[in-house]
Amino acid sequence: MALNNILRSSLCVSRTLKFNYFKNNHRIVSTGQPALNKKEVEITFVKANGERIKAKGKIGDSLLDVVVNNNIDLDGFGACEGTLTCSTCHLILKPGDYESLPDKPTDEELDMLDLAYDLTDTSRLGCQIYLSEKLDGLEVKVPATINDARS
Amino acid sequence: MSFKTSFPIIKRIFSTVPIKPKICIVGAGPAGFYTAQHLVKKLEKPEIDIYERLPVPFGLVRFGVAPDHPDVKNVIHTFTKTAQNPNVRFLGNINLGSNVTLEQLKNAYHVVLLTYGAEQSKTLNIPGENINNVIEARKIVGWYNGIPWDTDLNIDLSGEKVAIFGQGNVAIDVARILLTPIDELKKTDITQHALDAISTSKIKTISLIGRRGPLQAAFTIKELREMLKLRNCNTIWQPQDFIGVSEHLPTLVRPRKRLTELMLKSLKEQNDSACNKEFKPIFHRSPLKILGKSKVEEVVLGVNELKGDDILNQKSSLTDIRESIKCDLVVSSIGYKSVQADKDIPFDSHRGIVNHFNNKVDKGVYVSGWLGTGPTGVILTTMGNAFAVADLILQDMKEENLLNNNKGGFEEIIKLLNKQNVQVVSWQDWEKIDQFEQSEGKKNWETEGEDS
Ligand SMILES: Cc1cc2nc3c(=O)[nH]c(=O)nc-3n(C[C@H](O)[C@H](O)[C@H](O)COP(=O)(O)OP(=O)(O)OC[C@H]3O[C@@H](n4cnc5c(N)ncnc54)[C@H](O)[C@@H]3O)c2cc1C
Ligand code: FES
Repeated sequence: MALNNILRSSLCVSRTLKFNYFKNNHRIVSTGQPALNKKEVEITFVKANGERIKAKGKIGDSLLDVVVNNNIDLDGFGACEGTLTCSTCHLILKPGDYESLPDKPTDEELDMLDLAYDLTDTSRLGCQIYLSEKLDGLEVKVPATINDARS
Repeated sequence: MSFKTSFPIIKRIFSTVPIKPKICIVGAGPAGFYTAQHLVKKLEKPEIDIYERLPVPFGLVRFGVAPDHPDVKNVIHTFTKTAQNPNVRFLGNINLGSNVTLEQLKNAYHVVLLTYGAEQSKTLNIPGENINNVIEARKIVGWYNGIPWDTDLNIDLSGEKVAIFGQGNVAIDVARILLTPIDELKKTDITQHALDAISTSKIKTISLIGRRGPLQAAFTIKELREMLKLRNCNTIWQPQDFIGVSEHLPTLVRPRKRLTELMLKSLKEQNDSACNKEFKPIFHRSPLKILGKSKVEEVVLGVNELKGDDILNQKSSLTDIRESIKCDLVVSSIGYKSVQADKDIPFDSHRGIVNHFNNKVDKGVYVSGWLGTGPTGVILTTMGNAFAVADLILQDMKEENLLNNNKGGFEEIIKLLNKQNVQVVSWQDWEKIDQFEQSEGKKNWETEGEDS
């Protein structure tokens, strides 16, 4: 088949498909506020294999922003780019930290968390936690993405 | 022959230059892309070729995920990064089974990974399944998402009552799209032909019929909450379906518990508020017969009781009681299944998946995604499976010495494709298609802006 024909025959005559992508394209950079003079806080991500990764983020950034902006290599993390539709940004907090967060998870966040592996009572979605000065030094656990297929 | 000239030959023979791992992945959906992403990260300069039957990538993310869930599709950006990696090559418009065989791929590559998904529907196998306006959910999904061969779907939306068999997320997707107010649907990625048809729809009531009870419901809470929030649509439960359900709440794990609590809450609050449309989940019913002359008119349901001690895994068992409901459209949404794309693929046609042991099909041949797991699970589930299979491949490369000789890779396969005049669609070609779509989409958007 010539490319033109393929093009015509395969074309998803979606009305706005790619237009929406345009809108979302740059979401991944940062959903936080402008960087000017913002204080930084330090977060430690503890991977399932025990590896500890320290990273800095600005107040107002989400934990997903911290992962993206610091190029932290967490497999599959943040697939939906912070739009609360994937739960790949699942993080586990220490009970004390979980309790002290000012914003409690919404029903929608809990709904997505219900699909996550290794769900705990102190699980949150990283894209829904925003940094404040109080969170400086926060340590979060990154659960394994792999639900071992051999088990 | 002088030493000088013969030396390079000797050198080549005894060379310790590592063999380049050549891996082929069949199917450019989430399973294919996530496995590629993991492998390309862990291997040094591999050659990873992703074969795809369609000229366009992304599988069900593009052609399954509902048009009013555009954010789910953001994962395409991650896949795009993988496709743009110099060690990964997208090869569109190549069909395993008709253009290439498993045997040919095995000869050309060290590793063959099958990720070609589950693209057929399970059938009801009941009388009347072929009456007009009895339609597979899969085809409706293809129709509203722009799968080329579903564009001309013959669907009649002029009646008021719809019965959907099955209660999974796909069933809910179809119900939601058919019940969403048209002005909201207009803002989504839905295909123009589907939008036009739905804008004349007379549908008022959609029943979502499941074999088992609320405690075994297949939909997830997110999808249910969306239904409950749908504008101008009332969710009506059958109170008798919930007898005894609340007693089990304390024993349920969190996801199941929250889902059950939400259903019970909605049942308690249920009223006949002035909505034009109704969404009616019906439990404990199996479709037995579909009736109608020129078009579907009625379905006969058998009433089930549940058996078994393990409450979440109770099985349905048919009683003698029958019921029938009138309907103008029947949608069957009882699951997807895979096909045996090539005669050499060991296949379980009963379950509709490739036969495998821990994702391994044969030496050097693996499966991941819906083709191996069966058609359940969201992208996250498919991702977990894909990463695990990638790790298994890496382990076997060492332990089973899969890289013991050089392989021809795509250079071998292209010779076969050229003989058949197959025009391979590269990533760059696809980007052209994509750009064209973007500008068409934008034009539509702008014209509509002018209209309103
Ligand atoms: C209607 C629907 C809605 C969904 N909505 C959501 C959602 O909102 N959120 C979510 O997380 N998950 C959703 N899912 C689930 C998600 O789509 C799957 O988990 C995921 O797509 C499975 O990935 P896969 O790669 O195994 O299969 P697929 O996505 O099906 O990819 C398989 C690919 O292989 C290609 N192929 C097929 N046959 C051949 C062949 N012979 N040769 C070469 N290539 C071939 C296909 O064209 C396709 O591109 C939905 C699924 C469906 C069906
Ligand atoms: S990034 Fe998808 S839910 Fe947080």
